[in-house]
Formats: sequence, structure tokens, C-alpha cells
Amino acid sequence: MINRRSTLKSMALGAVSTLAIAAVGISYAQAENKELKIGFVGVTSGPAAAWGTSNVRSMQTRAAWLNETGGVKIGNDTYNINIVTFDDQKDPKRAIAGMEKMAQEGIHYVVGPNVDDGAAAVRPVAEANGIIYFPYAFPKALYQKPASNAVLGMIANYQSGPAIYKYLKENKGVKKIAFVAANESDPLSQRDSGVEAAKALGLEVVAQNDTYQNDTRDFTPVLTPIVALKPDLLVLSGVAPANAPLLIRAARELGYEGLISTETAQDAKVLEEGAGEYANGFISVGGASTPEIASDEMKEFVTRYTKMFGEYNDESNTKVYALEYILDTLKANPAAINDVAEFKKTMDNFSAPNPFLKGDAKLSYVGATSFGQKRQLAVPMVVNEYKDGAFQTLFVGSVD
Amino acid sequence: MEQVIANGLYLGAQYALIALGLTLIFALMNVLNFAHGQMYVLGGFITYTVYGQLGLPFVVALLASGVTLAVIGALMEKFLFRTVIRRSHREESTMLLAAATAFFFDAVILLLFGEKQRGVPKIVKGVFNDVGIIMPYDRIVVGALAIVFIAAFVLYMQYSRVGRAMRALAQDRVAAQLMGVRVDRYSMIGFAMGAMLAGVVGGLLVTITGVNSGIGGPISIKAFLMVMIGGAGVVGGAIAGGFILGMMESVGLTVLREYGDVTYLVIFAALMVFLSVRPNGLMGKPWG
Repeated sequence: MINRRSTLKSMALGAVSTLAIAAVGISYAQAENKELKIGFVGVTSGPAAAWGTSNVRSMQTRAAWLNETGGVKIGNDTYNINIVTFDDQKDPKRAIAGMEKMAQEGIHYVVGPNVDDGAAAVRPVAEANGIIYFPYAFPKALYQKPASNAVLGMIANYQSGPAIYKYLKENKGVKKIAFVAANESDPLSQRDSGVEAAKALGLEVVAQNDTYQNDTRDFTPVLTPIVALKPDLLVLSGVAPANAPLLIRAARELGYEGLISTETAQDAKVLEEGAGEYANGFISVGGASTPEIASDEMKEFVTRYTKMFGEYNDESNTKVYALEYILDTLKANPAAINDVAEFKKTMDNFSAPNPFLKGDAKLSYVGATSFGQKRQLAVPMVVNEYKDGAFQTLFVGSVD
Repeated sequence: MEQVIANGLYLGAQYALIALGLTLIFALMNVLNFAHGQMYVLGGFITYTVYGQLGLPFVVALLASGVTLAVIGALMEKFLFRTVIRRSHREESTMLLAAATAFFFDAVILLLFGEKQRGVPKIVKGVFNDVGIIMPYDRIVVGALAIVFIAAFVLYMQYSRVGRAMRALAQDRVAAQLMGVRVDRYSMIGFAMGAMLAGVVGGLLVTITGVNSGIGGPISIKAFLMVMIGGAGVVGGAIAGGFILGMMESVGLTVLREYGDVTYLVIFAALMVFLSVRPNGLMGKPWG
């Protein structure tokens, strides 16, 4: 006998069954997704941990976001992205071990390493095992023929430095310039190319040999003789985010009134806490960071990153790009998923919408001028000026 | 030149305070505490959290750093070092334990406080600029506080009952035990004091140099350097080592600047020669 109670019961059962079937269907669909492993080999511990941590967290945030929204469709298959990480502790030997681990796991696309010597050390392993890697290191030999497996993940200082110095010469009347760098391969090579660029622009280089240990905590003794030379611009070559506020603060406390700049990415919060108002006017290079240029997708990325890790790192404005490039290139040519030769072929003519910038900006591979082949991500060259806890865009440039 | 000397004296005062805790623990227990730098970092982060984040007075933050590290130091001595010293006859066992705790602290600090450099608002604003010397007032305050802490520590070790007991332990552990000194108790107090000093100096210097999770190792190395110059286990030696290193850095970075980063090369070379002549450092003997 059908009564109201049994009707309600049947409807409830039906609803529960439908929901259950739908849930099973969704989980089945997710389970059906294949797995695409993307590697990360970089520094996530020790004094330079900030460089690699912002890298790997950007990848993890983006991967979680993509997986949550159903995965990434490449060819006829849909993939969940799995980020496989390895902390090389900024040690080239460990970087090699990390790249070998990636090879053993059958990974063909690796983001990192973060420094010059690590990036150079992993080259033979990457080339022997068919791995394309995206270092944040500047030696041109990594990207010029006969090398072909490394793709520079950011703007190199020899690309941004001349643009910044030229801008400051023309707009701020800079004539005398001084360089200070940590006594490590990356900062020293950045300093040398900076000096070269400054001289080419006709600037007077008043200091170019001053260096410091990367673990220096008090920079007053380092900067005392440089400040006495009264340069118009003090360049902190390749400065680590942890050291930038300390150097700025020491220079200002010693009475330095000129401009201060660097070609590396920095974090506004770190500058605010470490140097306060002394950091106002500090010029650095970032990514899709400032409100003027960031798209809604970039803003959501920042929100998701913050939710996932508690605090955003402005360095991720640049480091958000590598994973996006890998996935979009694979989408453009699904055959590249297990064949890096296909990936290299695709790079030459690759173009896709840039989701992190407003307007119709494109993702593409560049570097033909600097390296003779397209082995660089076209990350926007956003030159920022720090002001009261945030970065403001000074100018936006690009490389070809 | 006045500026160079002022920089050296300031650096020396902060270095001496860093080295004191390390030399105290070595004197009492013959333990090279590789985690000293990590304790400094932890102290810095506690002050950062209490003063910089929670907005409580700086003194409260400094106390919190000191007390927390003292408790951690006491627990480490009681449950880790005491056990290892009792069970193992090999001196390197304590060194391995200390190195392990350093790695452990590094990982915990990175997890708890993240990878970023942290800083707090200045405790005193303004810059002294006269007689050829430029020195921010907060550095003057921190330098003066460092000297006060060093003096208080020396006086405490010299005249207090606890200080005398610890000096007796450092001179001859067995003899002190036979004279009724409670070895376990004073070892624990000594370790706690050493850790507390690391925490306090970390808290003090976070106002000047900030703190990040990766600097523990380098801080420890610098502290070892000072202790080696002055003589391991000697309070006066640690103080002298701190001031000598600070002055060498300041002078070297000015005089040798045209030759690139050779200051530390020169310091290490000089140290090698010095140690070959005086392997026990300047004052290489225990307390007293």
C-alpha cells in the first residue's frame, strides 16, 4: 500500500542513491585521471630556503588548484598533477642526486635548480635522461647551443640590469654607480655583468670589488667604505631576500641618500619588517605582482597560496610561471609528454594566453637574442619600486 | 678610522655575548654544542613573535626568549646529554648528539616560522652622528646591553653559589663531586644558562639584524671561531675572542675591500697560524 510515509521514504532513498551514484561517478572520474609527475630540484632548507620554497609552493598551489578543478586535459587524457620534490640544500652534489631521482621516477620536466652551480651540475644528468629543466640560474652556457635541455625560468640580470640602469640614468639622473655582492658564484657573476652594462651606458663605477659573506648579519662594516664614495645608485647584485633589508637598513643608517636597486625578486613583507621606511624607493624585479597588471586568476592564485601555506611570498609572482609553461606546452603537443624532443620542437612556435596578466598577454618562449635559441620563459620584466609595504610598478619591459 | 673602530667594538660586543653560552656549556660538560646557533635563532623567533607579532613589550619578549631557551636547555641536558654522557665513553657521542639536535632544531624552526627573513620594529629610533662616528641609537643600546649582560654573567659566575659550583665543576668534575657539588643539578643549570644566553642574544639582535631559519649553522661556526681564539671553556677567552673577531672583521672589510672578499680568508689563515702557536687559544685553561 502506498501512503505518504512510504512515498517520502522512497523519495529520500532515491535522493540518497542519486547522490551516491553521482559521488561514485565523480570519484571514479577523478580516479580515472592519469598522473603526470613534474619534478622540483632546488633549495628548500638553509639560508637560501626562500628561493626554492617559493618555487615549490607555487607549483604545489597551482597543481592542487588544477587537480581540484578536474585535472589537466592533454591530448585525449586528463591528468592529475603530482609535484615530486627534492631539496638540494644548495649543494651541486645533492642537485645531481635529485635529478637522478627524477630520472628514476620517469619524470621528464623538472623545475630548478635555483643557483648557478647546481644548474650546471645537473646538466649531464638531464641531457642523458631526456629531462627538460627550468633553472633560476643565469650562466649563458646553460641555454646556448650545444646545450638545449635547460630553459631559463626568469629574467636574467644581464637583461633587466641594463634596462634599470638606463631608466635610472634618464629619469633620476644617476651618474655614479656602486656594486656590492655576496661572495658566491651567482651574485658575483651578476655583479660582473652589471658592471659591464653600467660601463656600456657610460656610468662611472665607483665600487665593484666589495663583497660579503652570504651569512653576514651586520652589514655596517661592509657598507661603510662604499657609502663614503657617495654613489647615486647602489646595486645589490644577486642579493638574497634575507639580506636585502639588512643591506638597505645599514646603508640608510650610515646616511646614504642615493638609490638602491637589485635585479633579483624580493618580498614586500620581508622588506617592510626588516627595513621599514628605509626600504621606500628600493627597486627590484618582480613578476605579475602589482594590482595594475595582475589578472583575477593571479589574484586567486595568491589567495589559494596564502590559504595553503599561511603567507604569500612575492617571489612566487615570477615562480608561478614554470609549471604553467610546462603544462601549456604539453597541451599544445601531447606527444611531448614522454618525448622532450617533441617539447623542444613545440617551443619555437608556442603561444598561449597568459592567465596571470590582465589583457591579451601571451606565454611564449624567448631568448633568441641572448642565447641564440628560444630557451627562456617570457616572464614579464616588471620593475618595481617598494613603497610603504607594497610594490608599485615602475615600468614593464620584455625580452626577446 | 673612528667609524671602523666603533663598528668593530659593536660587533665585538654582540659576538662576545653569542660566544658566552657556548663556552659555558663546553666548560661544564665538555660538550661542543653545535645547536648553539639554532638556539640563538629560536630566541630570535620567540622575540619576533612576542614583540613583533603580539605587540607585547620588548622586555617581555626578551624574557620569553630567555626562559623558553633555558627550559629547552635544561630538558636537553636532562634527557639527552646526561643520558649519552652516562652511557657512552666516547666523547664524539655528545658531538653527534649536538649535531643531531642542530639539524632537528633547523627543521622544526623552518616548519614553525617559515623560510622568510623576519624583523621587528626598532626599539630606539634615530642615529648618532658626531665626532666622525655614525651609529644608530638602537645599536648603541644593544651594545650597552650586551656589555651589561656580559658583566652580570661574569659577576654571577664569580660570586654566586651557583656560579662557584659551576666553576668547581669546570675545574675538576670528580673533585667537585667529592666536595659535595651535585653534578647533575649544576650541569643542568649550566646547560640551561648557556641556552638562555643564546636565546637572549638572539632576541636582542633580532631588533638589529632580524632572523631567519637558515642562519643557525653560520652563527654556530662564528661562535666556535671566537671560542677557539679565546680558548675553549674560558669566559674571558670567549669575550676576548668576540672582540678580536669583531675588530678583525671591521678593519679587514675596510682595509682589504679593494681585493674582494679576502677578509675571512685572512682571518682563517691568521687563526691557523695562531692555533699552531697556541693550540689552546689565548687563555686556554678552564675556570679559575
